[in-house]
Amino acid sequence: MKKTIITVIGKDRVGIIAAVCTYLASHNINILDIDQSIIQGFFHMMMIVDADHADKEFSVLAAELAAVGDELGVQIKMQHEDIFDVMHRI
Amino acid sequence: MINLYEVSETNKMIEESNLDVRTITMGISLLDCCHEDVDKVCANIYEKICCKARDLVRTGEDIELEYGIPIVNKRISITPVGLIGGCCRSADDFIRIAKTLDRAAAAVGVNFLGGYSALVSKGMTDADRMLIESIPQALASTQLVCSSVNVGSTRTGIDMDAVRLLGETVKQTAYLTRDSDGIGCAKLVIFCNAPDDNPFMAGAFHGVTEGDTVINVGVSGPGVVKRALEEVRGESFDVLCETIKKTAFKITRVGQLVAREASERLKVPFGIIDLSLAPTPAIGDSVADILHEIGVEYAGAPGTTAALALLNDQVKKGGIMASSYVGGLSGAFIPVSEDQGMIDSVNAGALTLEKLEAMTCVCSVGLDMIAVPGDTKASTISGIIADEMAIGMVNQKTTAVRLIPVYGKSVGDTVEFGGLLGHAPIMDVNRFGCEDFIGRKGRIPAPIHSFKN
Repeated sequence: MKKTIITVIGKDRVGIIAAVCTYLASHNINILDIDQSIIQGFFHMMMIVDADHADKEFSVLAAELAAVGDELGVQIKMQHEDIFDVMHRI
Repeated sequence: MINLYEVSETNKMIEESNLDVRTITMGISLLDCCHEDVDKVCANIYEKICCKARDLVRTGEDIELEYGIPIVNKRISITPVGLIGGCCRSADDFIRIAKTLDRAAAAVGVNFLGGYSALVSKGMTDADRMLIESIPQALASTQLVCSSVNVGSTRTGIDMDAVRLLGETVKQTAYLTRDSDGIGCAKLVIFCNAPDDNPFMAGAFHGVTEGDTVINVGVSGPGVVKRALEEVRGESFDVLCETIKKTAFKITRVGQLVAREASERLKVPFGIIDLSLAPTPAIGDSVADILHEIGVEYAGAPGTTAALALLNDQVKKGGIMASSYVGGLSGAFIPVSEDQGMIDSVNAGALTLEKLEAMTCVCSVGLDMIAVPGDTKASTISGIIADEMAIGMVNQKTTAVRLIPVYGKSVGDTVEFGGLLGHAPIMDVNRFGCEDFIGRKGRIPAPIHSFKN
């Protein structure tokens, strides 16, 4: 399984997690872990997900998630976990 | 497991400090394209490049998207054309090859193709000489082709006949592209000890020691180093060095990941990672700004050479551990026009051509992207090339010269190249002559390899 990291950053408001989770559920993406905090009024969330069985291509999912973010007024990025692993783990 | 802080650090490097992978360069051997008929050679070259590099750009874009890391350039390097040009009977024949390369590069969508090159560190074949003579016209009549000539090495000495010819070649290239401020010269590099696996333009070529095809990756990230050093202002040298090393490690690991992915997806062997700090004209993406952060008022101030030596060494030490195959140029680049901090230093009067020459003794690569007055003599350009080649030859390192004489402009004027090539103030050149030195025929012998001092 190749894990995927989803990051959400922006101004806090009601329904951010709900909207992201709804999108993920509707495309068969399993959430493995969630870490979230509010830093200086800004909402930071990182999700580790398994997108191996998703019903769409990675590029489509990334673009659609970014669009979900636009509606919520937050920035959503979707990246393979490896880039963080190689940088922070020896 | 990866935590929120680490994810956010990586993404901040990308979003705020211009972290990127500067280039994925596919090296392609054209040795099997040789034929006695130039038309057939052109057809072979076009077919081979289009076949091997068909998926290069799309693969690069896929990796970019999936990992969220910009990959700025996708490029091709080829076997030095001087080696496959045995069929050419004139400079015009070589220009036909150059145009073919340009069409092939455009067809596969890469933004530069390097290897319109000759390796003449000990002498020129007829084909090499014709290729060098064709360079001005070739660069003026193509968009994407880059050219380089290796005129010296520590083992062979310096071919001064080639150095003399190249002084004239640079001038002629500048003249033929005078309507666009001599832009042709931005695509021509003269080397000593040129590496076979350099992924960076304009000096990339696919050396004869390489396999059929290879993927080389050039990483960058001056902005990330600068940002990391802002956190350790006033600290001791050991803290400074440790910070540079850690940052270089992180940058290089990303390059290694991208190289591995590209190599697997394209089914082309991975060659090397080039650990370089390659600046761009973007604000904050500057090697000069790192030197400023280390503690010199402007690049060029006393202390600059020492600061640069330290920076270059720590980048290598950090990067070496992140990848088992490091090669190419690997070091800090100090181009003038492509680095806003360097431009500011020149404008402030802190940085001269002579100081840049001293700086090239301790870093890669050489006198790079320096605009000089259009009336600079060919012999003077040859003299500057010879000086820089001597530094490389004696110090067993790669050095290079990429000078741009700008017709109709003199010190005080500025030229605008656009894009990654940036803009540059015209720099003053020593006005004293060296005609008699450059006029001598033959070679400078290889230096002694013992009795080092």
